Amino acid sequence: MTTTKERQQIKHEFQERMDQDELLNCMRCGFCLPSCPTYIESGFKESHSPRGRIALMKAVVDGVIEPDEDVERSLDLCLGCRACEPVCPSGVNYGHLLEEARDIINQNKKHSLPVRVLRKTVFEGFFPHPGRMRMLTSLLGIYQRSGLQKAAHASGVMKLFPDSMATMERVLPQVPRLKDMKNRPNALFSIGVARKKVAFFSGCLMDTMFLETNNATTKLLQLAGCDIVIPEQQTCCGALHGHSGEKASAKDLAKKNIAAFEDSDVDYIITNAGGCGAFLVDYDHLLKDEPEWKERAIRFKNKIKDISSILVELEFHKKKNLRTDAQRITYQDSCHLRNVQRTFMEPRLLLQSIEGAEYKEMKQADHCCGSAGIYNIVESEMSMKILDHKMENAEATHAVTIVTANPGCLLQMKLGIEREGLSHKMRAVHIVDFLLEAVEE
Amino acid sequence: MITPSLKKRFTDIVGEENYRDSSAEKLVYSYDATPNFQSMPDGVIVPRSTEEVSEIVKLCNEHGVPIVPRGSGTNLCAGTCPTEGGLVLLFTHMNSILEVDEENLTATVQPGVVTLDLIHEVEARGLFYPPDPSSMKISTIGGNINENSGGLRGLKYGVTRDYVLALEAVLPNGDIVRTGGKLAKDVAGYDLTRLFVGSEGTLCVITEATLKLVPIPETKQTMLALYQDIEAAAQTVSSIISNRIIPATLEFLDQPTLEVVEDFAKIGLPVDVKAVLLIEQDGPAEVVARDMKRMEEVCLENQAVSVQLAATDVEAEALRTARRSALSALARLKPTTILEDATVPRSEIAKMVKAINEIADRYELKICTFGHAGDGNLHPTVATDARDHEEMERVEAAFEEIFAHAIDLGGTITGEHGVGMMKAPYLEWKLGPEGIGAMKMIKRSFDPNNIMNPNKVFAKESRKRVVISR
Repeated sequence: MTTTKERQQIKHEFQERMDQDELLNCMRCGFCLPSCPTYIESGFKESHSPRGRIALMKAVVDGVIEPDEDVERSLDLCLGCRACEPVCPSGVNYGHLLEEARDIINQNKKHSLPVRVLRKTVFEGFFPHPGRMRMLTSLLGIYQRSGLQKAAHASGVMKLFPDSMATMERVLPQVPRLKDMKNRPNALFSIGVARKKVAFFSGCLMDTMFLETNNATTKLLQLAGCDIVIPEQQTCCGALHGHSGEKASAKDLAKKNIAAFEDSDVDYIITNAGGCGAFLVDYDHLLKDEPEWKERAIRFKNKIKDISSILVELEFHKKKNLRTDAQRITYQDSCHLRNVQRTFMEPRLLLQSIEGAEYKEMKQADHCCGSAGIYNIVESEMSMKILDHKMENAEATHAVTIVTANPGCLLQMKLGIEREGLSHKMRAVHIVDFLLEAVEE
Repeated sequence: MITPSLKKRFTDIVGEENYRDSSAEKLVYSYDATPNFQSMPDGVIVPRSTEEVSEIVKLCNEHGVPIVPRGSGTNLCAGTCPTEGGLVLLFTHMNSILEVDEENLTATVQPGVVTLDLIHEVEARGLFYPPDPSSMKISTIGGNINENSGGLRGLKYGVTRDYVLALEAVLPNGDIVRTGGKLAKDVAGYDLTRLFVGSEGTLCVITEATLKLVPIPETKQTMLALYQDIEAAAQTVSSIISNRIIPATLEFLDQPTLEVVEDFAKIGLPVDVKAVLLIEQDGPAEVVARDMKRMEEVCLENQAVSVQLAATDVEAEALRTARRSALSALARLKPTTILEDATVPRSEIAKMVKAINEIADRYELKICTFGHAGDGNLHPTVATDARDHEEMERVEAAFEEIFAHAIDLGGTITGEHGVGMMKAPYLEWKLGPEGIGAMKMIKRSFDPNNIMNPNKVFAKESRKRVVISR
């Protein structure tokens, strides 16, 4: 619930901060509607479509309506997948509008105490601190390895949690040990002639829970002919913060990252998580009101490249023999890799060049899987509806391997497989792990 | 006004979950794709059947509550903007394809079916539903019927009207009527089917439609003709027709339109020419080849600088999709895009293009023109800013001149977008007072209480006809 005073303040800040030209740029043609997962899953409700959400934001700015619970609900239910952007002929930057609106609402709203504590812990306590992320992950490791996990499953205690969370707990990867997470290299050299010098953005979740995937990524880069630097001062990209109305924290993280990478003289900064990459390429927008950072942010963003994109550029798929056991595979786009970084042909090209793998395109592979950061936890019901549809399309491909390009999507696809009871015949993998398998076999 | 007791009666009909009146829910149905029109309804109702529609309409008629039937709200004439409040009626529950009859070549659908979904469904069976408004990936059949939508294929195949065989509709008194049938011939009484098509929700609520399908053309070819002279491109259109060729598509895009479309679609459209024609022919391979060759010659005779044939279906589809995005892409230029729909006989297309450019110069406006040149239907579009009142006045004056010119050339104020609220003040220019009078008689006899989409088609006051200085 927001109080009248909070609403007044929210309204005031909408008028002050929302980009009016961008709001007007939406000419309401409705071309975005069919691309919006929540519009479809809500039974075609305009209030859960991009056009409707922009109209609501504009109406608050214009003073036509109050920023009440319904407005908030409409914005909360948005996945932020940004599938509406590539299909928008007018070129409306919907993601920017959404982030600003969420920040205004969140910063002016007094959350209940438990929510406040949780937000503070997650956004300030963990993600920006690599050491604490490692500790947290290693605690999970102890839980998994000590037999506690088995005991928890046997006791049925997991039934106390919401369904999707209980299933999520089962599909979390076997996490690395603390010592492996701690001793990270800060430079690696090309195997063979070096053709590019790159920096690797290791990410917070990727460098802890998905450490193996990070190792696979640097290995592929080495094989493709890259010298790699991994700046130690880098931190979480801030995407979770930015998407959840914690813009100030996101800016702090952005500045730290820009500073961490700007001394390394590299051709590209490589990411292996679509969600992080998309946030990194938007740093110039995030810091648009801070002139002294603008140039630095632009230099930084111009170097961001997804792993699939550099592998294609270096013709990795042509130079290496990629082979796997005979199997049918499919690919689930990472929304932010596709809709923001506009990288979608490269992963497909790589996968299609693996001998033994029969690539089958999934219907609506470009639609969000419902993971969307922490959306699948906070908006579980809608997320599961979206996931159920996704799994129908995945099953229809008869693929045994679903390849993804972002940790959130990977977990969500694993969750989907588990929920559908398909784990005996289907698996989900990150594209770099799959590619490395194909090289080594 | 909808009183609590009246609201209770509406929710008794459709259920609590299908009646919404929170301010956010009302706001998102306060607009359509027409710039500068916004007005809040009193409520939004989502019936599940024709019977429920009938009960709703009866109740509205009894209490004088305006009804605005709305598909996806993509129309460009403020046809679904609830300017008098009342109820917005949605068809998101009534969105099934009921039948595809492969013996009679018809499809029977509910109004909420999305146009492109129907097209995909029938094409999978080797059949063809030609009307293809640019908004077809989200527009609904109900909306198309109410606006009598056209599209890129209108030149050869006609518009929505030409494919509606039968309708089920709820009249303002709640009566459910069925018109027409799966019939090639039917002269039983007045042709209510044709009367209802394009009636913009002012006479009835359409609840079901039976549509004519045709066999899908065997082949199709697509080409782009490039021009450095806009009027030469327009002249080519008339020449193609006078050469006795009716292409499936004959679209015109000028340079500023090409630039914004390319900015969005990034498919390598030529942006260094003044205009292009997008030309398509479909049918048996030998006929298509012959027509394409002949049209290429006509283009070159009319000063086309080059003619390029699309090499693949993918390339051709990309061109069509790019063309369909033209209007929305123009929104990249300025915050507000206002477009018109003036239509002239095909022989007059070059004169109309010339007049539009002269008017743009005179009023110092940026007018971009694209459209279905082959059927004389142009969409001159002004890139402007609704906040600039002085410029908006010039925009209005310029469009009045464009309307007047179109009518002088034997044309009309709207070819396919409908009158709605936006063009209502100009309808009399086309019809004359007697014509308006005749239409009002029809309106009054169907809808004496004026509950069906009030304020649309008929304006409270007509604009005074401008005098054109030549």
